[in-house]
Amino acid sequence: MRSWPRYLLRLYVALMCVWLVAPIVIVVILAFSGDGYLRFPPTSLSLQWFARFFGNLQWQRALLSSLVIGAIACIVSTTIGFFAAYAFLRAEFRGKKLMLSLMLTPVIVPSIITAIAMYYLAGRLGLIGNFLWLGLCHAVIAMPIVLLILLSALRAVDPNLERAALGLGGSHTRVFCRVVLPIVLPGVLSAALFAFLASFDELLISLFLAGVRAQTLPVRIWNSLNLQVEPTIAAVSAFLIAITALILVAEGILRQLGQRRRRAAT
Amino acid sequence: MTVTAAALTPASRAAPKAPRDRTLLLMLPAWAMLIVMFLVPLVLFFVRTFAEFDGTTAEFIDQAQDLLLSQPYLTALGTTNWISLIVTVTVLLIGYPIAYYLTTATGIGVRIVVLSIVLPYFTSIIVRTFSWMVLLGEHGLVNNTLMASGLIHAPLPLMYNRLGVLIGMSYVLLPYMVLTLYAAMRAIDPSLLRASASLGASGFYTFCRVYFPLSLHGVLSGALIVYILSIGFFITPALMGGQHDIMIAMLIDRALEVAVDWPSAALMSLTLLIVTLVLYAIYYRITDIRRLIGAR
Repeated sequence: MRSWPRYLLRLYVALMCVWLVAPIVIVVILAFSGDGYLRFPPTSLSLQWFARFFGNLQWQRALLSSLVIGAIACIVSTTIGFFAAYAFLRAEFRGKKLMLSLMLTPVIVPSIITAIAMYYLAGRLGLIGNFLWLGLCHAVIAMPIVLLILLSALRAVDPNLERAALGLGGSHTRVFCRVVLPIVLPGVLSAALFAFLASFDELLISLFLAGVRAQTLPVRIWNSLNLQVEPTIAAVSAFLIAITALILVAEGILRQLGQRRRRAAT
Repeated sequence: MTVTAAALTPASRAAPKAPRDRTLLLMLPAWAMLIVMFLVPLVLFFVRTFAEFDGTTAEFIDQAQDLLLSQPYLTALGTTNWISLIVTVTVLLIGYPIAYYLTTATGIGVRIVVLSIVLPYFTSIIVRTFSWMVLLGEHGLVNNTLMASGLIHAPLPLMYNRLGVLIGMSYVLLPYMVLTLYAAMRAIDPSLLRASASLGASGFYTFCRVYFPLSLHGVLSGALIVYILSIGFFITPALMGGQHDIMIAMLIDRALEVAVDWPSAALMSLTLLIVTLVLYAIYYRITDIRRLIGAR
């Protein structure tokens, strides 16, 4: 008598999981289609769309742009975000909650507004199509994510460890490098992965700022979806999904590593 | 520039306690980046665009009024609000049982559910939208299956209309709702539920009178965050909507791309930004943001 609502709930959740995952799985299957157009289920399998993706000079360039811009955004936002998260937890000051919510605004402000504002400035400065600038713009969007991940990673570091190391005569820099950094390294790496992903998937800012030179993968997908849907997009999408899945797996491994390190440290 | 002030005053106030408070300086790069790359472009975009307007202030106000009371703008406002409300309610109804399941279940089930939520959550929005376009198109999987099964004889219009936008946006925003609800529900003390049960309340009664009221806080936060994100949505409605589903963000984009009308784009952006920030302020009041980072 008591268990049937429970079964119902389970059934519902299972159905919803299928709903959540199905579109992603279907795109991946489509990417391996041997047909000439997007049809599901495909009548034959092949790697033709991947061959088109990796063999096409424009797609190659877009992939390269995405990687370069993602790397810039990842390095900048992780470094800056790490220092900010450390100071946020260790320094004593008032209004922490307000400050954190202000630092999270880049993910709250509608991206069309951010994109247009950044486009306006970049246009004035002649920086449209500049890889470094676009990477920095992406870093702004990635930093709130980095901050949230690192705040929870750093929170797990016992401040007493630092005090003890300082008491034993270590300098601040030395303690930071030899005590704090090793413990939170897995957290830093997973923050870096998600920062990269945030930039790799970003569309609107790239759309406005990329110009012709710095077109990223999402921009090319967008252009192609607006003109005519070519099946190559399925392969590109499957590639992006694979990167996301890989990063999630890596993050899972890193998290376990982090827990083990913290346990070892205390 | 109040932001700078907020960042710097606590440092100077606490300055005497020398070595510890130098750590606050480590926040400078983050603030420098936020101000130079985010605040300055926003302020400059609005200030300069309005400053470059040729004509008197009265003319400007006249034009602004014309724009903000024009039919396309009001329609887009109504559409945006309507779509956002429906998406928020849909996502809440779909997400609440999932979050509830996550807080009560254990083992492999939880892992599968979390993975099914997190994988789409981190997949590019454009990829997720594309996959729904494949599913819902005229010859998409859904229509083909229905036709093959003989349930319908002509393809249903599932995309390039309001329905397509609602499905696509709900799909994209569901993870935000589930994760917010989950954070709130996890904080509910299970001993309260046991107390209710030991006092003779049925499971249903306990849920309605104890669990649900305690989770309302999360419901409100989740609804607000989904609504805030919805009203600024661009990619999904632009790709999956029809000509009657123009949302504010699309109108802003069109003002710029089609008409190259900076003042209109800036004015519409400003109204959208203000609404977003006001809602975010409410969200800030009711949500313990520290919970996001696992603090107690």
